[in-house]
Amino acid sequence: MAVTAVSGVVNRPIPRLRRLEDERWLALSLLTPTAILLGLFIAYPFFEGVMLSMTSTRVGIDGQFVGLKNFHKIWNDSIFRTSVWNTFWYTGVTTVFKLALGLWLAMLLNRHFRGKALVRAFILLPFIIPTVLSTFAWKWMFDPTFSVINWTLFQLGIITQRINWLGDPDLAMTSIIIVNIWRGVPFFAISLLAGLQTISPELQEAAAIDGARPWQRFWHVTWPLLLPVTMVVVLFSVIQTFADFQLVYILTGGGPANATHLFATYAYQIGIGTGLLSEGAAISLAMFPFLFLIVVVQLLYIRRVETR
Amino acid sequence: MAMTKRRSVLKLAGGTALGGMAGILATGRTPAYAQQKTVHWLKWVDFVPATDQMFRRELLPQAEKDLGMKINLETVNGNDLQPRLTAGIQSGSGPDVIMSFNSYTHLYANSVVDVAALAEEVGKREGGIYKYAQAICSNGKGVYMGMPWTVIGGMIAYRKSWLDEVGATKFPDTWESYREVAKKLKAKGRPFGQTLGHTFGDAPGFTYPYMWSWGGKEVEADGKTVVINSKATVDSVKFMTALWKEGMDEGGLAWDDTNNNRAFLSQTISATLNGASIYIESLRKPDQYKTEKGMPLNKDILHAPLPKGPAGQFGFHLLQSNMVMKYSKNQDAAKQFLSWLHHEANYRKFFESQKGFATPCTAKWENDKLWDADPVMTPYKVAAKLGQAPGFAGPPDAKAQEGLSKYIITDMYAKAVQGMPAEESVKWAESELKKIYSA
Repeated sequence: MAVTAVSGVVNRPIPRLRRLEDERWLALSLLTPTAILLGLFIAYPFFEGVMLSMTSTRVGIDGQFVGLKNFHKIWNDSIFRTSVWNTFWYTGVTTVFKLALGLWLAMLLNRHFRGKALVRAFILLPFIIPTVLSTFAWKWMFDPTFSVINWTLFQLGIITQRINWLGDPDLAMTSIIIVNIWRGVPFFAISLLAGLQTISPELQEAAAIDGARPWQRFWHVTWPLLLPVTMVVVLFSVIQTFADFQLVYILTGGGPANATHLFATYAYQIGIGTGLLSEGAAISLAMFPFLFLIVVVQLLYIRRVETR
Repeated sequence: MAMTKRRSVLKLAGGTALGGMAGILATGRTPAYAQQKTVHWLKWVDFVPATDQMFRRELLPQAEKDLGMKINLETVNGNDLQPRLTAGIQSGSGPDVIMSFNSYTHLYANSVVDVAALAEEVGKREGGIYKYAQAICSNGKGVYMGMPWTVIGGMIAYRKSWLDEVGATKFPDTWESYREVAKKLKAKGRPFGQTLGHTFGDAPGFTYPYMWSWGGKEVEADGKTVVINSKATVDSVKFMTALWKEGMDEGGLAWDDTNNNRAFLSQTISATLNGASIYIESLRKPDQYKTEKGMPLNKDILHAPLPKGPAGQFGFHLLQSNMVMKYSKNQDAAKQFLSWLHHEANYRKFFESQKGFATPCTAKWENDKLWDADPVMTPYKVAAKLGQAPGFAGPPDAKAQEGLSKYIITDMYAKAVQGMPAEESVKWAESELKKIYSA
């Protein structure tokens, strides 16, 4: 380095700072703040959660260590099993739709047209509005008596009887899925759009000159180049959807008859509603192995894609 | 520019107001405002907005003057009381007095202070505390976990003229006749409406008394033996399934505590179990809510208790009490404040602002002249007297509360209405309850 090359002439930096010239020390010092933050706000609560789940703590009553008893209890709990199934179904279906619709929207937005900036801004609206607010609006739209959706369908002569959006177990699940898709598509669209814009138009042009049809251009040029971005976006979305709470809490509270309970809403009901803090912790922790597996598989896949 | 020394600024501040740091240091004692006690009271956002206004403008300023303390009133949505309670208890800091719904008192018994002295004093003065309030607020061994505040009574609000049209001159008083009338009205597009959703008020307020009136109960009096799987319960489930199809608004599976209010006020249902809020709202806006004949809607609303079943007539109402938290550093001040609130003159202000929406927990108020002011509200005066708590025939303890907050009884009916055979749905409820009561 320059400083060491001109030896003896200039003032040498004091040794304390010189240490930072060693990349290992520099890396360490740059990483420390993040590590402290992560430790304080992620690792510590996680550790506490694990400890809590292995006690018999209730609100206001310190429990004793009970090992895996809480996990055993929830394993035999029919509502918990329903919640597990619901969470997978909810996450799976919404992710497929969000990806398909988001990609489609991103491709449209990647073209040139008048008012492009304005449209792009509008697309983000569902994502920008606080979830609680927009979900309340949806709740009104799904209202058993005053549903504007029912009213419209009725006026158009498509239905003769009210559709019981949030009252029927299957429809209730469908309804929360619709709202989640509506809310999640902009995130996919904007992220994928960013990915699309990094793909050089020359590649498309070259393929076109070689006689590739639009579908072939998408499948053999755009899609492979977009895949790493897509995988990261899907990863984020899966994690968020898997742990979703507010949407279900507001729309159905987990009802009717537990048909829409997810991990998070059921953990809340047990931990806060019933005061069984340790069991609530066990339910939220039960999410961890599933999520961990999903994340590992996806990360491995991303690495494979990137190194290909 | 003239130099001003840091010390002189401090001195100046201390000299003009005693609150300044230098002033405090000079006198060697904390300033007056820090010595004044503060009581932080957390309660629900009242369904009668006039009451919260009255508290803020009138009653609490008066309390501050009389007691020489500062009162902080904070109101939150009823569903948010529990998260706040949990956070307060676990972190050891928060509001000094927190409103409890039903058997939160039992759930948080370890984290509150006994208020038996106050409860006994008020009970003696006002003709005794109703059994329902005693069961919910005390542990049966002389400890009061909460000071009984009031009961939000649930009664059926119904459309007099619509029932008249199908030949029912008064509200049906048995489930059989309830079903018949509902069937006739549903045929005219005016069903009865009730929620079987996951919502704290109206859902259990309907399903528990309904089950009891058939003779069904969760546990024996020992509070351990689960006996829900009985012929009486199965009969009640079968009857509910038929009733639902024949006479009820089938959207009710998804209703929360506000849906039936809107449905009733917009005239899509002819009767529903509710607090008095439907009627009170129709009184507040007579021009907005009119019958199909153009009359004010409030002239066409009457109230009745839930019908009788083979085993009797019951009600389960929202009972509110105030708990003094163990973590509070102002327990004495908090008790003083509660005692002040329960002075007759002060409590009356609350009672009158509610116009019958809230029924006090002591016998004395049953004969108050307020109940004569509006005959439509009169049925509510016995709400606190007729109430029974979840967990019957056992005590309304933490296990009963667990069953309640898991919506097991409500879901038992909801599952059957959605097509599960009655025997199976009862069996499901039995296995869920056994898990709770055997733990």
